[in-house]
Amino acid sequence: MKLSFSSVLKASALVAAAVLLAPSDATAQSGGKTLRFIPQSDLRVLDPIWTTGYVVRNHAYMIYDVLFAVDADFNVKPQMAEGYTLSDDKLTYTITLRDGLKWHDGAPVTSADAIASLERWSKKDPFGGTLYQNVASVEKVNDKSFKIVLRKPFPLIMDALAKPSSNVPFIMPERVAKTDANEQIKETIGSGPFRFVAGEWVPGVKAVYAKNTDYVPRKEPPSWGSGGKVVKVDRVEWVTIPDTATAAAALAAGEVDWWEQPPGDLVPLLSRNRDIKVENIDPLGSIGIVRFNHLHPPFNNPKMRQALLHVINQRDYLLGIAGDEKNGKPCMSFFTCGTPMASTVGSEVMSAARSLDKGKALVAESGYKGEKVVVLSATDQPIVHAQALLTTDALKKIGVNAEVAVSDWGTLLNRRANKETNDKGGWNIFHTWWVGTDLANPAVNAPMRGNGERGWFGWSNDEELEKLRTAWFDAPDVAAQKKIAEDIQKRGWEVVPFIPTAQFILPTAFRRNIEGVIIAPVTFLWNVEKK
Amino acid sequence: MFAYIVRRLLATIPVMGVVALFVFSLLYLTPGDPAVIIAGDFATGDDVARIRAKLGLDRPFGVRFGEWAWAILRGDLGISIFTNLPVTTLIGQRVEPTVALTLSTLLVAVVLAVPMGVLAAWKAGRWLDRLVMGFAVLGFSVPIFVLAYLLIFFFSIYLEWLPVQGYTSISQGFWPFLERLILPSVALGVTYIALIARITRASMLEVLSQDYIRTAEAKGLAADKVLVGHALKNAAVPIITIIGIGIALLISGVVVTETVFAIPGIGRLVVDAILRRDYPIIQGVILIFSAVYVLINLAVDISYTFLDPRIRY
Repeated sequence: MKLSFSSVLKASALVAAAVLLAPSDATAQSGGKTLRFIPQSDLRVLDPIWTTGYVVRNHAYMIYDVLFAVDADFNVKPQMAEGYTLSDDKLTYTITLRDGLKWHDGAPVTSADAIASLERWSKKDPFGGTLYQNVASVEKVNDKSFKIVLRKPFPLIMDALAKPSSNVPFIMPERVAKTDANEQIKETIGSGPFRFVAGEWVPGVKAVYAKNTDYVPRKEPPSWGSGGKVVKVDRVEWVTIPDTATAAAALAAGEVDWWEQPPGDLVPLLSRNRDIKVENIDPLGSIGIVRFNHLHPPFNNPKMRQALLHVINQRDYLLGIAGDEKNGKPCMSFFTCGTPMASTVGSEVMSAARSLDKGKALVAESGYKGEKVVVLSATDQPIVHAQALLTTDALKKIGVNAEVAVSDWGTLLNRRANKETNDKGGWNIFHTWWVGTDLANPAVNAPMRGNGERGWFGWSNDEELEKLRTAWFDAPDVAAQKKIAEDIQKRGWEVVPFIPTAQFILPTAFRRNIEGVIIAPVTFLWNVEKK
Repeated sequence: MFAYIVRRLLATIPVMGVVALFVFSLLYLTPGDPAVIIAGDFATGDDVARIRAKLGLDRPFGVRFGEWAWAILRGDLGISIFTNLPVTTLIGQRVEPTVALTLSTLLVAVVLAVPMGVLAAWKAGRWLDRLVMGFAVLGFSVPIFVLAYLLIFFFSIYLEWLPVQGYTSISQGFWPFLERLILPSVALGVTYIALIARITRASMLEVLSQDYIRTAEAKGLAADKVLVGHALKNAAVPIITIIGIGIALLISGVVVTETVFAIPGIGRLVVDAILRRDYPIIQGVILIFSAVYVLINLAVDISYTFLDPRIRY
């Protein structure tokens, strides 16, 4: 049979039309509600104990649950726990799990799982580590109960177990929790309100969560991480869109429903779109910080660190970081403003009129010899870069020979771990930011330490700060804790382990058909409806 | 011919060996330590040292290179430091989008650029020629990301004809697959179209001035037969060469295009890996890109024999 050109053309056209008009698998399979969400960064690691990354923490909140959680009034509430009892000598806590807790593979959650999970968490988390220094033993009572026996009373034990931010004491199956804390877990089975669909995970691109239909939520209304975790969509897809302009276009076109953290420069554009809501859902925001290298001159001298206190203008940093003063506020406290331990004690040094003369005088008193000061910066992190430029400018104004060392964030993370001097790849100052919950009190505030080379990058060394921190853990009540927190702050203005630059909000943007977004310092995706 | 192909394939082995050594050395000398990133914020020096030892980063260069090369010979590209997944799995997840984008761009470019170049040469010095060459200058000058944003704004936001971003596998339907490739292919292809069109025009101009073309025209052959049957075939060698070389351009352009259009391809994989110092991924992807490039060059060389009977290997 000989085919004519026209018959081939017609047949081709018919095939093309059939292919184009046929329903796709994706269309055919769709059904139920899918929430498409752009997370703050791409998800490449699945172990919330192995890393402190916030995106991993948020992933873990989807699939794991916690024994206790903090509500919006900073009260600790039971979550997986039914409750606990405390012995008269205040040394033995007996925690009982509530009914109906199941792993995603159908097995029941037991106290052995909780014991192993807390043990692993304590090896990585500083607050957990402090708690476990006071723990004599953790023993299983039965499948639903276990007891924590302390060497001495530790009033903050519930605050530790309800820690809302990294590392969060998520409960994992015992076999998973027995993984070395310095190695990543290999299974992603939790007992939380969502199941992780491991087969659809493309690291750096997409993570998929399905509603856990076996999950039994608590009856209380949701409040931060506590209360009923009621899932109101069938599926959540975390989609990473690396280019911010494309992400904005995708949200505008309705291809995604929610963008967790749009950059400040795109917020006005998104706000003008009638289909999009831009809201501040984080009541505590984040805190920018200047961190000094305390090991080497010139910032091993407290006078040099104090000099910057007289020069730094938090409003400049707020504008640089958040673009608009309405997206934050000055916060002249070492502990997050808006939390119980925040204080204005001694803050006059930052709130008074800015004085270059005082700054210069302190630089002169320090004996500064004009050596080069290296300020690390990462251009792929606008919050870091804006602060680095402002601090460098402030240093130059008081006669310090400062220069910015620009790189990407990955390089900065490496370089800040270098304890050598500048000529050997070291550094003098870097900037970063912490979410408000992570600087809220002496237990979690890593830069407000004086434990030297055993501490966080910058290695601030001050015995007095460490003594006060230890006393804070032993304080019998909140009033006593506040008093000690004020003493820590007073000491902080003298030794200046770091300088807070501003408390800012990173707004979130979602389509108007999204309802039920929980106001909290962590982005939770339960209770969210797609109308 | 067969012997030549075998010789060339064997010659790729030392080439790949040099590439492997170069890639490994480059990353060895690059500042940055993944152990520090893995160790996290509260790690002590001992923690970092332990992780370095576990990853084998504390061993001598020669030992590390030898083990890596031996593993590669067995098809093992290693485990990603951060995702804990085999590099081959990660690359496997990303191959389809990159291949689809590259092939669709290549198709768009060749289908448009060769006729444009032929027409420009045929009408050299006239408005059609100026139009094509004007487009070529524009195509070279506009960065991919600028064109990509313009395309997204016009076709996705303003007209709402095509999706903004993402990739859908062909297994989920041909139209969903195609609709997400149109804008990226155009954005990526414009530079390539400009390049091929210019080379085609130049090559055609040279051929069109030959005596045998004048003879063909004098015999009364139709213009399309002269252009396609006589001129284009003889002008094809430099065009094929530039298409082959252009694939290297495409590979670098893929990185930007995949980022702007959020296509989960190999370009994005390697950029993310570089930012995190995920050495096994960087090494694996560069090695595979190099192998692909070597094989494309081989294919281009072999294609010469079909286009020009005077070329023999």
